[in-house]
Amino acid sequence: MDFLRPTTWAEALAVKAERPEATPIQGGTDVMVEINLDKGRPAALLDLNPIAELRDWTSEDGWLRIGAGVSYTRLIDELGGWLPGLSQASRTVGSPQIRNRGTVAGNLGAASPAGDSHPPLLASDAIVEAESVRGVRMIRIGDFYTGVKRNALEPDELIRAVRVPYAGGPQYFSKIGTRNAMVIAVCSFAIALHPGRRAVGTGIGSAAPTPRRAPEAEEFLAGELDWAGRSPVPPETVRRFGELVAQAASPIDDVRGTRDYRVHALAVMARRTLGWAWTEYRGT
Amino acid sequence: MRVNVTVNGEAMTADDVWEGESLLYALRERLGLPGAKNACEQGECGSCTVYLDGVPVCACLVAVGQAEGRSVITVEGLADGDNLDQVQRAFVECGAVQCGFCTPGLIVQAHSLIASSSGVPEDAEIREALAGNLCRCTGYEKILDAVRLAAARKAAS
Repeated sequence: MDFLRPTTWAEALAVKAERPEATPIQGGTDVMVEINLDKGRPAALLDLNPIAELRDWTSEDGWLRIGAGVSYTRLIDELGGWLPGLSQASRTVGSPQIRNRGTVAGNLGAASPAGDSHPPLLASDAIVEAESVRGVRMIRIGDFYTGVKRNALEPDELIRAVRVPYAGGPQYFSKIGTRNAMVIAVCSFAIALHPGRRAVGTGIGSAAPTPRRAPEAEEFLAGELDWAGRSPVPPETVRRFGELVAQAASPIDDVRGTRDYRVHALAVMARRTLGWAWTEYRGT
Repeated sequence: MRVNVTVNGEAMTADDVWEGESLLYALRERLGLPGAKNACEQGECGSCTVYLDGVPVCACLVAVGQAEGRSVITVEGLADGDNLDQVQRAFVECGAVQCGFCTPGLIVQAHSLIASSSGVPEDAEIREALAGNLCRCTGYEKILDAVRLAAARKAAS
């Protein structure tokens, strides 16, 4: 195995072009587990820790550009106010030690259907900034997940940053697990209300081969909500929203839960997060 | 490959390191520091918690090459000779140690919590901070006592 240690972003891209088989490593919280437990041995590790610019985030035109080296801990502390959904999801990642090392970009690179950051990224229409020596590519989050632990990155590309718009309305995340810490989601759900364009965003985790949205549920709810009058959501609308979210999933039975449980839990989480989000919206 | 790392204030070099090995393995097997414990090797148990550039991390999930040129503090680095750190002292006084395997990780993580707190943290905050450190002797109550004691002493000093 080779250990590749570029010190600048330009150098990292050049190395990745030359060694497309190299596995990027940032926080190591997925990559090292694979190596330690001998589940897979990369041909080379491409260490991104020395690249200082990846640890920056910037804000422009209503968007946050979060560098690939920003840890969950820093995201929660420094960006939580702008990105409540992603911040809530980040707080459920692993443990403090894991959050000190793990990153949203790493979550995207691994593209596990159970990754905690995916549902809020979907709900808020995030964009993945991928780069190679050939140039920069902005990948819409909905086009990013291509299969179980597969994503739209080309072999010579690295994730430079993830771009997320400021929350324009309430955002909530919910996750099912056996305890609070160190839990891989049985399933998870994120909602984002976008009152500016009277739209609803959703994201489903760990209940399909990839993280995915629930487009029918989004459209239905956006048409039913009383955006101007802010009147309570009728129980029938809440119930139907939950049903449509559950229908959008295609979960399986596995070690963490059954298909039926996941379908049931998704409907519950959809109703619950809608309740929280609408209560917050009515209070603003 | 060769890795240069400052551990507990001392510049150290490890040679013939396998590129895929963890910082934990290098600390224990190459640098003579067996304080951080090797258990789950997947970040679940927290027994290998060390400071990396001042931030507590699971040493089993840091590739040793990632520690090149950086500073690591292990549980061995907290005491000043035979003079225990106040978190270590509180663990001894409260009987927060049973088999002792989880203790080094808990001490480093608790040390970090107390260093960043003013006053005594709320129980919920202590539990959250220690959520990634497993004790299978089920000694959590005394561990919480020790953290409260160390925090109270720091706040009073």
